[in-house]
Amino acid sequence: MTSAPRLTRVVVLAGGISHERDVSLRSGRRVADSLLEHGLEVELRDPDASLLGYLRENRPDVVWPALHGASGEDGALRGLLEFLGIPFVGSRSESARLAWDKPTAKALVARAGASTPRSITLPRDAFRELGADAVFDAIHDELPLPLVVKPAQGGSAQGVTIVEDAAGLPRAMVDAYTYNDVAIIEQRITGTEIAVGIIDTGEGPVALPAVEIEPLSGVYSFEARYNAGETRFYTPARVSDEVASRAAETALTAHRALGLRHISRVDLIVDGAGTPWFLEANVLPGLTETSLVPQALEAAGHDLGWVYSKLAEAAIKDVG
Amino acid sequence: MTQGKGNNLDPWFSHYAERTAGLSASEVRALFAVASRPEVVSLAGGMPFVSALPQELIATAVERTVRDHGPAALQYGSGQGTPRLREQILDVMALEGIHASVDDVVVTTGSQHALELIAKLFLDPGDVVIAEGPSYVTALTVFRSFQAEVVHTQMDAEGLVPQALRETIARVRSEGRRIKLLYTVPSFQNPMGVTLSWERRMEVLEIARENDILVLEDNPYGLLYFDQPPPQAMRSVDEAGVIYLGTFSKTLAPGLRVGWAVAPHAIREKLVLANEAAILSPSSFTQTVISEYLSTADWRGQIDIFRGVYRERRDAMLSALAEHLPGMSWTVPTGGFYVWLTLPPHLDAKAMLPRAVKELVAYTPGTAFYADGGGRSAIRLSFCYPTPDFIREGIRRLATVINGELTLLSEFAQTGPLDLPKPSAPPLPDSASLPRSAPLPRSEQLSHPAGEGVLPPNVG
Repeated sequence: MTSAPRLTRVVVLAGGISHERDVSLRSGRRVADSLLEHGLEVELRDPDASLLGYLRENRPDVVWPALHGASGEDGALRGLLEFLGIPFVGSRSESARLAWDKPTAKALVARAGASTPRSITLPRDAFRELGADAVFDAIHDELPLPLVVKPAQGGSAQGVTIVEDAAGLPRAMVDAYTYNDVAIIEQRITGTEIAVGIIDTGEGPVALPAVEIEPLSGVYSFEARYNAGETRFYTPARVSDEVASRAAETALTAHRALGLRHISRVDLIVDGAGTPWFLEANVLPGLTETSLVPQALEAAGHDLGWVYSKLAEAAIKDVG
Repeated sequence: MTQGKGNNLDPWFSHYAERTAGLSASEVRALFAVASRPEVVSLAGGMPFVSALPQELIATAVERTVRDHGPAALQYGSGQGTPRLREQILDVMALEGIHASVDDVVVTTGSQHALELIAKLFLDPGDVVIAEGPSYVTALTVFRSFQAEVVHTQMDAEGLVPQALRETIARVRSEGRRIKLLYTVPSFQNPMGVTLSWERRMEVLEIARENDILVLEDNPYGLLYFDQPPPQAMRSVDEAGVIYLGTFSKTLAPGLRVGWAVAPHAIREKLVLANEAAILSPSSFTQTVISEYLSTADWRGQIDIFRGVYRERRDAMLSALAEHLPGMSWTVPTGGFYVWLTLPPHLDAKAMLPRAVKELVAYTPGTAFYADGGGRSAIRLSFCYPTPDFIREGIRRLATVINGELTLLSEFAQTGPLDLPKPSAPPLPDSASLPRSAPLPRSEQLSHPAGEGVLPPNVG
């Protein structure tokens, strides 16, 4: 089962200029270490102005983008790798763009039959043209509190606000528009927060055991995400087998609807009736020591290095 | 029902001491990781520009250390520091009017280590440390790690406001709390860059004496003045009531990690014991290197070179602020590393930081320098490390970010949602009403109620 793949060289990309740089570096080092333990030749690089020239002159067998935030997840870098014909692990650029844009992802996943919280997507211009008061009135009439306001694109909960009362909505809009000119206002579903990792090493996507997230502070903030001890994780999630199965199916539906590849993480909330609600999909889930997908892989009995090397193999085969 | 046991990823989480509660990774800290990228103009860190130090001077000092003092320099040493370096430290401090005995000096691993030792000696849980508002962020971390409470006292263009200090002391006392230390950076203060006037130094010492409060005078920047030296150190006139901290990190190089404390006799005895308990002895090697440097190089001339470098950068920052952010207010430091920029009150500097990083400029949000959540609409800008051209470009980018935020706020204000400035109150103050290089915001703008600066709860 752990026979060494015949890869010669993997370039793991980590760092970048995103505010998730530190997290990306930690993800990248962990991936690199796991691949090294499996006998691969691994190079860890911080993408900068020298990267493309380097990749063209020293073509690796496969690139593993462990880049969080825009350049790693919005499809831009992936598009360039496709353009250069260099195999890479993870979703193709087109799918990454779909997942990166939350309203688009919600629409596609809903069309595929999954539940997603009711929402409205509003560009900043809408408030200018239609008048903020009128827009706010419409929102409050149609979407009951509490609400979640978030930028249409972006990760790590940046610019995301839970709005408990109407007075907080304008400030939440400002915070969201700080990051993106389009914001999504979503009805907040209360329930159990879970994340489902999806892995596809070439034999079709498989849902990993759902990880339930229970931050000690009550909010899965940056601190709760990246400080060991500040969040309690339950793997598998404390839901019935039936609900777990429904959540896995919802995650797979999202993965397929968005055309994702190799690895993804789908964030869901399970409401009191046991319905999983799709929130968003991540084409590059965190792979640090506190991240959810590595926990799910280990809970499912997988060796991280083996899985990561199989994903690298799958990426090469996808191009070949 | 499938029951999981749960896992918090740290099996020893419940074993940590209570005092470690504040030791956690933060979003702002993570953002600073980006500042290391060459594309980003970092106005965040307070790194001295060590490239202005001719490396051959250090090479010579290291060579002489190994050649002439090898066995001693590689051995454990005195917990108080080498007598030779302590003698030389007296010469350094004499430049700021301090006359002490070599026995009064305790060498530490940077003055940060001295802060830790003093906090360990004096602070019990619940004790109060009075500090300038804002104050040096890592001092706040040290005080809090000993479970002391930091209470800020107001500043203005001349540093600590004595009357405000009296009122702060009275208020804390009336609440039945015990004040142990007054922590101050009187010259070119971190983070505001302002300097406590001589008259106020005398008044602050008098207040401390009256109230039986030990003064902790932290002076890393005093020799880095641009035109005139700052007033002499507070320790120069008060040997009994002041613990003085000095460092070679700014006048030589922080990588050597050598600082010192000068303390009243009884305190110094305990400091030496605490130093030995913590590290046995400060590095003999780096102490000897510094001794060799001080005895062979023109160290006073080198400080002059540093002054020139930082003066040019300060000027670049002030002129760029005047060009790109007219109407806002900032401090005008006459030495040191920092400018304190006050934003319009509805801007949240911490929330704005990811946006700034996206625009390839980094700064330190004002909230970092308050223990009580203050400083929400303020920014510390460091001019010590980037070149003048980078500083100008960094301020230009920062202005783009700030103006973008103001435009956004004003759009929402026009239609009247809550908690935002109304159009009748323009987001930017009238530039004609403020000097371009405004000396300092009004003192009342520097007083920040507790609870401000807390980010809205994020989910994901």
